[in-house]
Formats: sequence, structure tokens, C-alpha cells
Amino acid sequence: MSDPNEQLPENSGSGSTKAISRRKFFKKASIAGATVAATTAMASTPVDGDAFTDAVQEFFQGHYQKMTKEEVADAIARLERKTKRKYGVDIQINNDPPLEGVLFGYALNISKCKGYRKCVTACMEENNTSRALQIQYIRVLEMDKGSMNIEESNHYYDSETVPQEGKMYLPIQCHHCENPPCVRACPTKATWKEDDGIVVIDYNWCIGCHYCVVACPYWARRFNWEDPDLPPEKINPVTHYLGNRPRERGVMEKCTFCVQRTRKGKLPACLEACPTGARVFGNLLDPNSEIRYILENKTVFRLKEELNTNPKFWYYTD
Amino acid sequence: MKVVRFFLQSALEIFRGGRVYWTWVAMLGFLALVGLYCYVYQFQVGALHSTDLGEEVPWGIYIANFAFMVGIAAAAVMLVIPAYIFHQESIKEVVIMGEVIAATACIMCILFILASLGRPDRLWHILPFIGRLNFPSSMLAWDVVVINTYLILNLIIPTYMLYTKFEGREPNPKIYFPLVLLSIFFAISIHTVTAFLFSSNVSRPFWHSSILGPRFLASAFSSGPAFMILILQVIDRQTKLKVSAKVIESLALITAVALQISLFLLGAEFFTDFYSQTQHASSIQYLFFGLEGHNHLVPWIWTAVALNVTAVFILSVHKLRNNKLFLNIACLLLIVGIWIEKGMGLVIPGFIPSPLGDIVEYSPSIYEIGVCVGIWAIGGLIFTFLAKMTVPIEIGAFRKERLSEKDPHWGKRTTDRVINVAD
Repeated sequence: MSDPNEQLPENSGSGSTKAISRRKFFKKASIAGATVAATTAMASTPVDGDAFTDAVQEFFQGHYQKMTKEEVADAIARLERKTKRKYGVDIQINNDPPLEGVLFGYALNISKCKGYRKCVTACMEENNTSRALQIQYIRVLEMDKGSMNIEESNHYYDSETVPQEGKMYLPIQCHHCENPPCVRACPTKATWKEDDGIVVIDYNWCIGCHYCVVACPYWARRFNWEDPDLPPEKINPVTHYLGNRPRERGVMEKCTFCVQRTRKGKLPACLEACPTGARVFGNLLDPNSEIRYILENKTVFRLKEELNTNPKFWYYTD
Repeated sequence: MKVVRFFLQSALEIFRGGRVYWTWVAMLGFLALVGLYCYVYQFQVGALHSTDLGEEVPWGIYIANFAFMVGIAAAAVMLVIPAYIFHQESIKEVVIMGEVIAATACIMCILFILASLGRPDRLWHILPFIGRLNFPSSMLAWDVVVINTYLILNLIIPTYMLYTKFEGREPNPKIYFPLVLLSIFFAISIHTVTAFLFSSNVSRPFWHSSILGPRFLASAFSSGPAFMILILQVIDRQTKLKVSAKVIESLALITAVALQISLFLLGAEFFTDFYSQTQHASSIQYLFFGLEGHNHLVPWIWTAVALNVTAVFILSVHKLRNNKLFLNIACLLLIVGIWIEKGMGLVIPGFIPSPLGDIVEYSPSIYEIGVCVGIWAIGGLIFTFLAKMTVPIEIGAFRKERLSEKDPHWGKRTTDRVINVAD
């Protein structure tokens, strides 16, 4: 078993040129595998009556918000069977609704973040993202000290040799905006904001038009350009319908504040993995929460605040 | 029953044609198959391998073609207004051709969108009532509504006009006039909505400009009529439908004025972005001069500018514009010029640099080009078939009473007779 850390892009050159070579590399690396997988899948799929009816029912499946309780239960059972067939792994897809009186918020201490990228790795493992495509919800930007210019930042640096002299680090992920441009943009309401503030996607409803990517000012949405490459032994079996259940080709996905964990009272995987304690997560409606203390007592700021998207993700300094 | 017969008879026209016709149809059919092959390949291996699209540039040549074709569709209004509102007889004769072009362009728009979808099998999710359309929030939902409505209008109006002609009656203005007014409104809408689809994104400073709507309209009203000038001449030569010189002249004038406005608006945008040189200008900087050594689009956009400037010069000089050869050259130049400017020059640079500052360049892959050629060929086929069906009715050769007088079995072998009657 390889450490997912090894698969992270490791380079220290200028962001722009490296971005190209990295993408070309992944294209080449996964093309062979994908073509083989596609042809063998077509040749060897057992003509299992169950699989066929499942596929038909999945095609006609309605929108998550419009389904009855029984329909959701059926859909979940179908998806669990599908994962079993595809990966040979038993997973549980839970369906926890938003907790009463909870509005999630995230704060990140940029004076503590040193760019180790442990959050990125933990996020990928927790959320069952495609390894070949390196679908990363979190990008850690490396910037020159004395500037907060995102456009001049580099998120393809070498995380083995951090922190670098004269650099600062700024992780960026879905900001779970109060006024999310992606939700407004989606033509099919496949993405929406839940009552606890989490912006989610119904992967079975998304048509893959990319309009939410176009709309997001934080570049926080990821697309499955390819059948997700997920080693069975790496699958995290504890999943949520709107969160880390295995995805399909052709749909969007994104950070969900680890909905499968946080709605059970646990902390997001990125927070637990952070070696410097730069991350704080909690309920914005609870006046005694740590996040409320930070918002009230620290120097906080939000990215691209002038766009009025009102992110529920704050940065602060000591 | 009468209506069914009308449709059946018109449809039979498609199968009647000479060698030139069948060669043309076979060529387009072949290209359509090539496109289909490329699309199936894209569907099998995934868009990552068959296209040059990716995380940073998720929209490419498909959406570029879409933005251009919406303009062609909208431009039919330049025939509809003088024909139905101002009752210009010469234009009335060809207005149905304009509507057929518009309908074809709408279908092509839908095909281009289909090609770029990650899950085309879920298309029903986007349909109003059946799916869950995010109306009125999403500009893409607006586009779905206006393009489909405009398509339907452009099928209904000509069908009604042709049917009455076939029946030998005068069309009733009470029926068609409200529809015509509606179609004018929707023609403006489809292009405005498509411009808003881009300009509504605060995350993409290059598109986030209030001038984008007017720019789209100006370029549509030059490229669309230019397209029609060329097609109408082919119709004039290849069929019995005669297009008067006056139609071409007035279309040429519209093209000239619209192109002048279009170039002026481009200049205005250029000034606003470059005068203060803020970071928001980095996309236009990338487009026209390259950014940090990346300059894929620079040759494209300067070619477009050169083509459009040459075209506007030819079109603005009366002597040159009134010369068929120069007019046709200008039309060709500006169609290619606007195609680049509205496509590669508008859609792609919006993504470069990305919101995190990455510069990832894009140029269409061979499969993407294949799919586009295929869709253009399908468009060509649709137009050819529709024109084949409408021209005989339009020239009055294909009429109920004539057919029934001459031939009691008028379900069979009609066309030979029709043409004879016309002669």
C-alpha cells in the first residue's frame, strides 16, 4: 500500500508551468488504465438481473430532496450494492439530516499553517476521492510574505521542504458561502445549501455541465473527468449520501465539511490531521464555541469578501 | 388528416434530388458519422483523454461554437422584422429560409451543449416540469427556456405559413402576427441570455462586463446576416426560389453597420481593461499579448481582428460592398473572424488565469474538432432537408389543388410533376 502522500504533486517551480506538466502527466498516467478498465468492464460485466434493474431504477431516480423516505432508503441500498459489485467492499451510506440549531463554521490560523499538506492527504483518504485524478478538495497556496495576492500564489510546491523562508501558506477549500454562486448557477438544483450551512451535491442528479465551476470564485469544485480510481483497500466504508460515498464519472464533487463526520459530532478529517493546530471548526450558533471566540477576539478576514458571497470560512492570525 | 398529408408530402421531397444533391447529402452524412464516432469515443474513454478540457478550462470549443451559433439563430430576426412588420415583399419571399436557418442553429446549439455535458444520459433532469429546472436563478436554465421556445417558434411560424400556402389560402395575421412578435422578442433574448450566462460570473473578471450583452448582439447581427447572404445565394443558384438583389443589399448593409458597432464595442472593452492595468485585466492581457510566456490564443485573436477589420473595410465602402465577389469575401472573413472572437477569444480566456492564478492553456483536441465538424454537418443536413421541403411550397409549385388536379394518386411520384408544373 502506497502512502497517498507520494502521489501528491511534488515540485517547487513556478505554479503555472508546473500546472501544465502535472496535468499532462496525469492524463498519460491514467489513460492506459482507463481504457483497459473500460473495455474489460464492458466485456466482463455479469448479466446480473439485479444489476440491470438497479441501473434502470437509478436512471429514473428523482432528486434527493424530492424523494420520499422509502425512495431514499431504496436508493441507498442500490448504491451500496453497486459499490459491492464494483469494488467488492461493503460500505454504509448514512443519511443524517442537519442537526437542530447548528450552523457550521471553519477558521484557519494562517500564522500556524506551515504548508505540510497533511490536511490534503487526510481529506482524500476520508472522502474516497479519485487517486489517479488526484481530486483534492483542499489546495494549499504558497505566497510570498507581504502579499495576499492569490493570483500570484503557487499550490504545486514541494511539501517535503516546508516551511520555506519568506513564504506564507494559505489553505483554500470550499468556503460554504452563505450566498453561494455555485448554487445559483446550477441549472438543475443538483447542488444546494443545507440548513447547517453545508453546500452539498446530489451526485445522482448532477448532469456535469460545469457551470458551478465557472461560477465559484474559490475554485473549490472538482469534476470526475474519469471513472474514479479508488483502490478497494483504500475505501473508507463510513459514508454519507451527500458526502464521501463513491462518486461516478461525469459529475461534480467538493468539500462537504466532512458531512459524514461532523453531523455525528466529530471533527473534519483535515482538522484532525493538521500537525500545527491551525484549524478550528464548530457551531457558529453556539456562543461558547471556540470558533465564536476566535471570530470575536482575533484578527479575522475572509477571502474575496468584496464579492458578498459571505463564506463561512475565516482566516485569522494570532 | 389534411395536415398529416401535408407533412408526409413535404417529407417525401427529401428523397427527391439529383446527383449534386445526393453527393452533398452523402458528404455531410459522412462527416456526421465521423463526429458521431468521435463523440462515442469521448463517451467511452471520458472527456479527460479525448479532449483537452480539464480542471482549469472546463469549457472549450463546444461552448465556443454554442456561443457563435446562438448568434446565427438570433440573426433571423433581421429578416423577420422587415418581412412581417414592414411588409417588404422582397424579403417576405425569403423570410422562411431565415427561420429555417434559425431553427437549425438552435438544434446545433443544443447538440453542442450535449457534447459538453458530463452526464448527457441525465438530460431529462434539465427539462422543465419533468426534471428540476433552477429557474429563474440559473442563467443556464434561462438559456434552456429561451432556446427551446425560440426553436419551437421557428418551427411553428414557417410551418403555418407554408401550410396555408399549400392549401392555397392567405395566412391569417391574427394567428401568425403575435407569434412573430414573440419570436422577435426571443431572438433578442437568446443572445442576451447567453451573454448573461457569461457576464453573471463575478469569479471571471474577463466576462464580468455589462458591455458583453450588447457586444454579443452586435456580433450576432453581423455574422448572422453574413451567413444568410451566403446561404441565400446558394439557394438562389441551386433551387427555383429566386432571391432578389434587394434582399442581399439590405442584409449587407445591416452586416456592415453591426460589424462597425461590434468592433467599436471591442475597442471600448480593450480600453477599459488596459488603461488602468489592474489584475482583472490579466485575461485580456493573456488573450492579446500573452501572459508569463503563455500565448496560445495570441495568433487566434489577432487573426480575428485582422479578418474583421478587413471585412469592415470592404463592407463600409459602397462600391466594394455592392460587388458580389467582394461582398462574399467580406462575409466569409467576418464569419470566421466573429467565430474566433466569440468562441476561442471569449470563452477560453475567461478561464485563464484560473481563480487561483494558474495558467493552463487549451487548444481543441482532434476528437473535439471531430465532434464539432460532425455537429456542423448535422446542421447542414437538417438545413438541406428543411430547405428541400420548403422551397417547392414557397415557390407555389407544391400545392394541394395543383397536385390533385394533375394526379389522382398524389401520394406517389409528386415531385417530378411539381417541378414540371413550376417550369
